[in-house]
Amino acid sequence: MSIQTILTWAVVIGVFLVTLKPLGTYMVRVFTFQPTILDRPLKPIENFIFRVIGVDRESSMSAKEYSLSLILTNFAWAVGAYILLRLQGQLPFNPQHFGAVNPQLAFNTATSFTTNTNWQAYAGESTMSYFSQFAVLSYLQFVTPATGGAAGIAFLRTLSGRKLGNFFVDLTLMTTRLLLPLSIIVTLILVAQGIPEALSPYLHVHSIVGQTQVVPRGPIASWEAIEHLGQNGGGYTNANSANPLESPTALTNVVLTIAMGLLPVAFFYAFGVITGRRRLGWTLIGVAGVLYLVMLALLYFPEAAGNPIINAIGLHTHANMVGKETRFGIGGTAIFSTSTMAFTTGSVASAHDSFLPISSIAFYMAMFLNMVFGGKGVGLLNMLMFVIITVFLIGLMVGRTPEFLGKKIEAKEVSLASVAFLIHPLLILAGTALAVATPAGMAGVFNPGPHGLSEIIYGFTSAAANNGSAFGGLGAALPFYEVALGIVVVIGRYASIIAMLFIGQSLLQKKAVPESAGTMHTDTVLFGGVLLGSIVILNALTFFPIMALGPIAEQYLMMAHHLF
Amino acid sequence: MAVGEMPAQRNYSGEILKATFSKLNPREMLHNPVMFVVEVGTVVVAWLAIVANTASAQSYDWLVTVILFVTLLFATFAEAYAEARGRAQADFLRRTKSSTRARLMQKDGSTVLVESSELVKGSHIVVEAGDTLPGDGVVVEGVGSVDESAITGESAPVVKSKEDAVTGGTVLLSDRLVVEITVNPGETFLDRMIALVEGASRQKTPNEISLSALLGVLTLIFVLVVVTLVPIASYFGPHATNTTTMVALLVCLIPTTIGALLSAIGIAGMNRVSLHNVVAKSGRSVEAAGDIDTIILDKTGTITIGNRMATEFLPVPGVSLETLAEAALISSLADTTPEGRSVVELAQKVLKMPELPEYEGEPIPFSATTRMSGIDLEDGRNVRKGAVSAISEITDNTPKELQEQADMVARDGGTPLGVEIDGQALGIIRLKDIVKTGLKERFAEFRSMGIRTVMATGDNRITAGVIAAEAGVDDFIAEAKPEDKIELIKKEQSEGKLVAMTGDGTNDAPALAQADVGLAMNSGTMAAKEAGNMIDLESNPTKLLEVVMVGKQLLITRGSLTTFSIANDVAKYFAIIPAMFAAVPALHVLGALNIMHLKTPHGAILSALIFNALIIPALIPFAIRGVKYRAESADKMLGRNIFNWGVLGVIIPFVGIWGIDRILGLFGLA
Repeated sequence: MSIQTILTWAVVIGVFLVTLKPLGTYMVRVFTFQPTILDRPLKPIENFIFRVIGVDRESSMSAKEYSLSLILTNFAWAVGAYILLRLQGQLPFNPQHFGAVNPQLAFNTATSFTTNTNWQAYAGESTMSYFSQFAVLSYLQFVTPATGGAAGIAFLRTLSGRKLGNFFVDLTLMTTRLLLPLSIIVTLILVAQGIPEALSPYLHVHSIVGQTQVVPRGPIASWEAIEHLGQNGGGYTNANSANPLESPTALTNVVLTIAMGLLPVAFFYAFGVITGRRRLGWTLIGVAGVLYLVMLALLYFPEAAGNPIINAIGLHTHANMVGKETRFGIGGTAIFSTSTMAFTTGSVASAHDSFLPISSIAFYMAMFLNMVFGGKGVGLLNMLMFVIITVFLIGLMVGRTPEFLGKKIEAKEVSLASVAFLIHPLLILAGTALAVATPAGMAGVFNPGPHGLSEIIYGFTSAAANNGSAFGGLGAALPFYEVALGIVVVIGRYASIIAMLFIGQSLLQKKAVPESAGTMHTDTVLFGGVLLGSIVILNALTFFPIMALGPIAEQYLMMAHHLF
Repeated sequence: MAVGEMPAQRNYSGEILKATFSKLNPREMLHNPVMFVVEVGTVVVAWLAIVANTASAQSYDWLVTVILFVTLLFATFAEAYAEARGRAQADFLRRTKSSTRARLMQKDGSTVLVESSELVKGSHIVVEAGDTLPGDGVVVEGVGSVDESAITGESAPVVKSKEDAVTGGTVLLSDRLVVEITVNPGETFLDRMIALVEGASRQKTPNEISLSALLGVLTLIFVLVVVTLVPIASYFGPHATNTTTMVALLVCLIPTTIGALLSAIGIAGMNRVSLHNVVAKSGRSVEAAGDIDTIILDKTGTITIGNRMATEFLPVPGVSLETLAEAALISSLADTTPEGRSVVELAQKVLKMPELPEYEGEPIPFSATTRMSGIDLEDGRNVRKGAVSAISEITDNTPKELQEQADMVARDGGTPLGVEIDGQALGIIRLKDIVKTGLKERFAEFRSMGIRTVMATGDNRITAGVIAAEAGVDDFIAEAKPEDKIELIKKEQSEGKLVAMTGDGTNDAPALAQADVGLAMNSGTMAAKEAGNMIDLESNPTKLLEVVMVGKQLLITRGSLTTFSIANDVAKYFAIIPAMFAAVPALHVLGALNIMHLKTPHGAILSALIFNALIIPALIPFAIRGVKYRAESADKMLGRNIFNWGVLGVIIPFVGIWGIDRILGLFGLA
């Protein structure tokens, strides 16, 4: 392991550890309406917004109202985005004169950006005008992570015995208090590193070999900032963060990696603060942290060891650099990839398709679990869903009706949590089955053997987890995938959020049971271990067969000298 | 009129066998989604066996069919067995109530003979010595001794007088009673108990409902995994999967172990309650017992053995211990109360006098005005014992030590009784509450499980405090009125706690109704029995502690077997996944996952399936008796059970499947 790798990892993980406390505490203060330093400049602006839309800062909604506001607002965004993309040719800021986006692609892009998936079936630099990039897509990159964060905050409020809150207030504060200030800081760092921030047309450059090259430009730095801070992950250009225009240096690689994780990790800490159970917050951080490190190891060590077959021939005795940027190296790539999968960002700084099959298991793992910190708010919701299922499963073993945070977990919570758990595999497995069973789906498979299947599984998993990254090699620009994945992202995004909001409301209405020696404590190392075990086992039981057919078979075949 | 004919000894094993098969009825199976999926799978594979076109495929299909069918039988057997155990108990009870005849009292006072089933609430009946009581009721006239052994197992007869409750099925031994029937036919306690232990009126309890929901969703997930695997595997060729094997995989994955045993666990839990001679009016209350945070116990009869006992004589200066003991003995000769008898016994011990001496005299009974009792002997000596203040009044030159000693006894939580003879104060008898043995340890156990015990007593604070400390309860309410108990229950409940209590009197009824678990004594009044949600037929209030244990054990058993069931799946995957794709050339490499080195693909699948079936009968004893359980904190218990059922649940099937595969190999099946 090189010194660069060690330093890169130490800086990224170190920054997470240093920032989670102040940032988590700040979040709780903002969303419980306590004074913070940004009150003075921002409060008047927010109050103006609240007056215009007619809501009261500290008002509250029921779970039904909250879900409905969330869904309708998101629906309106999707429709608006669709219309604007279709009208692209008539709109300003279009120096390259791109025409209207075709209907399936506009649907796919609108749903995928509205659901914070940011799956891209297009290449940004050759499809989208500046207007579409900053006014349509960048706008969504602010408000959709704010939506997920709002749902997470609403749930945390119920756990702390407060009312759910108002969706529109949470949405606004999430944007004004977290995303905008952080975006400004990150954008300035990126601009300093040389990332373009311009509205002038693409450059035509005469290269030293005498050819003309078109270099795309645009408001790239600000895009990159919110793309990562909001775990959005849609690239400005097709090559995403592997493109030097989006991430030119090892330093920007680190900055973007940190930007992705800041808020999701802090959200876990905020859970501990708002519920007054910091130890439990740390337990959950520990569980997610262990999974994060496992993924990092899985992505680094096999790749650093290189492809065993090529090494055996003696052609190459170093790391597997296929599809990776030399300026980031294996270490920088591994931590970026781990983060983009763990935090469900979905931006890429390398070709995920080119990782060794065994390493690629880490990608699937992150998306199956969808709670290794996850997207901010949403990842925590998924983690807490597992906590509730685990508490119920093992809680009976102490001879009491299982409790979480002093509230009894009964039929309603168990049913909602297990339905939320069911939807994720349902989307992935049914989607993959449909793709394999239909000629339309198989038409997109260009790679033979298990790898082709892995690509399909990756596509549906990425959509269901609202990750948005892709295994290249799958013809995702086909109408079948544009529609099927569009549907999957929508269900995958909202079903579990809504189920959790109703769980929160139900828990809020229950009387808290005081703790005693008869209470099973959830803030212990033992429970952390049990939670980790049940997360791994429940997911392994669900996904082991398709993993066996995809990357596991591929790994064994590779070792038997079959390459795809 | 006597007990009706005894039902012929029933053939339980025949009944179990019959029920094992009749429960296969799909309509009944539908209540248990997990096993219903197995049943559908069995039918599918049987059909495949019939239409199979090669001999080897056919024999494989039949083998799988048989194993699946046996899996189903194990499940139905577990339930049938649990029910039969309940029925055996119910039959014992039913023997005591089958068709009694009753003398119904007419308005004019005459009686006519009717069947007990014709009695309704409000009927007045006459019961003569030797009659079996035809139904539950209250005595309205007369006094008589009743043999309640049929329901309580206690052979000593109980005296019943006006307003006492009597239970149907018990026998009047002497005298004559007029009883008002208080329940309609089919609603007596016996009927309830029978229905409950037989599982007939069993409704799913809250935790059972939540667990069923979770098991249902898990089953759905595994159906999804297996059903989608067929098209997904077809990526590698149109015949990549074999339907029989897919059914086998599905059955192995869905939580059949807990699915098969869930209702048996519930029925057995109810049976364990009734084995303690407690009638629970619903399964819900038994489960709630496991969640109890606070137990309110009456001091008298529950924590202490009914009455105070004399434990010490304290003579005043100048009087010998023997003199005081003799005077105490004489004063108590005519006193038949337990307290009086304990004085006699203690005096005999002090005086080393095994036989009671003869004294002639006029007994003076206790009265509220004199607050003393005693005897005027023929030899002229007048002996009295009683309240210290009363004794002081009738004695001359009462030494100040008398009062000092009395105060000391009171400070220690005892009750002082003064003794005097012919106007001379002799000393003090110390009467003390005796805490039942073993209770202190019991309460300590409860404390370690996070359950708080509160003692309620009419005694003053000092006395109550001393007894509370001696018994080791966590808290006490002194000078308690019935309202105080309700107050306490409401206060605890407002903090989110669940409260259990026992009671027998009518004034306990509101508190019994307010408590989450109210255990009424069978000897208590009708109102108390109606208000509680459990009745102890033996009228032993300490039984509440057993009920809490049964409730906890019920939940632990469910949780442990569920964890075990899910943990088992890991090994089954390693057996089946490599085997199921063995016929697909592109997936031969998955043989590397066969870490148990199972010999043949079919053998591997059969081994996993056989293990899955055998684990059900292997766990029936745990389902029936309940998982072993000791008093300790939740976190400790979690650690132990996670190891026993979770960690071992992952390891055991690896060993089991490997072993079964070796055995199958001996028969050429693997």
